[in-house]
Amino acid sequence: MNIIVCIKQVPEVTDADLEITSDGTDIDKEDLEMVINEWDNYAVEEAVRIKEAQGGKVTVVTLGDEDSEDVLRRALAMGADAAVLIDEEGFEGSDAAGIARGLLRVVEEMEFDLVLTGAQSSDDNWAQVGLLMAEWLGLPFASLAVKVEPKGETVVVHRELEANTLEEVELPLPAAVTIQTGINEPRYVSIMGIRKVRNIQIEEVSAGDLGLEASQIGKQGSSIEKIRLSLPEEGEGAEILTGTMEEICEKAAQVIKERGGVA
Amino acid sequence: MNDILVVAEHRKGELRDITFEMLALAKRLAREQGGAVTTVLLGEEILALQEELSSLTDKILVVEDPLLGNYNADPYLVVLKELISRDTPYITLLGHTAMGMDLAPPLSARTGIPLVTDCIDVMIEESHLSVQRQVYGGKVNAHLQLKPAEQYILTIRPGSFTYQEEWDSSATVTKLPAPSWDALRGRRFIGYLEPEAEDVDISEADILVSIGRGIGKPENIAVAEAFAEAIGATLSCSRPVADKGWLPKSRQVGTSGKTVRPKVYIALGISGAFQHQAGMKNSGTIIAVNKDPKAPIFKVAHYGIVADLFQVLPVLTEKFKKQ
Repeated sequence: MNIIVCIKQVPEVTDADLEITSDGTDIDKEDLEMVINEWDNYAVEEAVRIKEAQGGKVTVVTLGDEDSEDVLRRALAMGADAAVLIDEEGFEGSDAAGIARGLLRVVEEMEFDLVLTGAQSSDDNWAQVGLLMAEWLGLPFASLAVKVEPKGETVVVHRELEANTLEEVELPLPAAVTIQTGINEPRYVSIMGIRKVRNIQIEEVSAGDLGLEASQIGKQGSSIEKIRLSLPEEGEGAEILTGTMEEICEKAAQVIKERGGVA
Repeated sequence: MNDILVVAEHRKGELRDITFEMLALAKRLAREQGGAVTTVLLGEEILALQEELSSLTDKILVVEDPLLGNYNADPYLVVLKELISRDTPYITLLGHTAMGMDLAPPLSARTGIPLVTDCIDVMIEESHLSVQRQVYGGKVNAHLQLKPAEQYILTIRPGSFTYQEEWDSSATVTKLPAPSWDALRGRRFIGYLEPEAEDVDISEADILVSIGRGIGKPENIAVAEAFAEAIGATLSCSRPVADKGWLPKSRQVGTSGKTVRPKVYIALGISGAFQHQAGMKNSGTIIAVNKDPKAPIFKVAHYGIVADLFQVLPVLTEKFKKQ
């Protein structure tokens, strides 16, 4: 079973104080820690588990700057066998379709039984790339998988729906599946583990190598004319309790007693 | 064409809320544009759904076939591609739901029509289509102006629009034959899976103490449990806690878990992704504890405590033990 996993590096924004860049089109990432997109981490783990059970090869692909090598090394340390880095030059300002076109050109040249991606990424939140690729590759697909079970010529997928409901579907292989969080328990990656894979050569390719023209990717290829980011206004929403911890908890306790009917 | 096409979403014989929410948006957009609202209803034995929609849209297009009985992207895509090419609606709306998220990107790729996902508002400004969405875990708002195009596909975040009120007129219904299924790719719907047996039903609780990523590690859950016990609350959680298996899925509040409306909902270390908010925002009183003053949970909470939950809980628990 040969599996390709498309992954992405994203800034960790939980607990971070975000600022918008002066042109208003992005957040300032200077001081943010860059990590693997959470959905993609589950996708890598799923691919490695299938390989461990059934044999084959796992290849990870990302599109990003040179620092994105970190997420590829991390995936190699988890058990992936090969890695491809698509240089983001020319892709800046791409919409989801622009990114998917870059990944597609790499994926369509490889032999595979399954293409996995995270169901979405935590930064742009498009939830499009894996399925756009699936369609362009002419593959059967299923999204939001919380179980992926290849059985010979087919793969059984459990899709997560709303309200604690799942749906079971079957796809003939080769197929594309997008992975939802919680599908497995991704293994811990140690610094030693990453050191062990430092000699694995990462294949690097550019937009030019892939035969992509400026009109297909980047701002030119995007369906978006202008983007304007803003931070939610402060002061909306909750009444923030203030004072010493003792005072804050006293107020909170009052609310719980009154509203919750706690004696 | 200035028409708006809504792809109706239904499951197990019932229209889903997102369908009515999209119709509310579609009506507004169609009126601004001088177009009509067409609702596409795909399924098998769906007369009841068709009647329910009849006072909420200008036109209904119905395609019935056994293959369309339960949602399956494979036949759905064939039908929708054909309808969109035939009727050329200006905007096609799908839910940003397990169905619409599955369907919209391939539909965009197959038709070549640009797609914007997870929209919370849609505006037509100076003949440009603009949308509002959220990025970076709901911490940043994004206003996008789209390049001119003949047609667009948008997915709409559940809960962004309020229910459609009934129209004066009733819709014209057109039944179309199912297309040829030659080009299917072999995806097979097998069935829905029932949730596992539950120890408690969190939607029945008067007070919920709900833990999120901020709980840090499973050993820390005992602190929240002690607090819940002291106030007679039930323990629930947000997605990351269930994903890691620290609490069973049956305790998860949110779109893919349970929708709850307790008298008091206490969110501990929960950032408040929209999927979580959708499951708890109608609670009587919401108290949120989070280190991050910018956490989206504070937008829906009534009371907020900006602090480390492990500093808050011992003091707060003590307030109840003394009695």
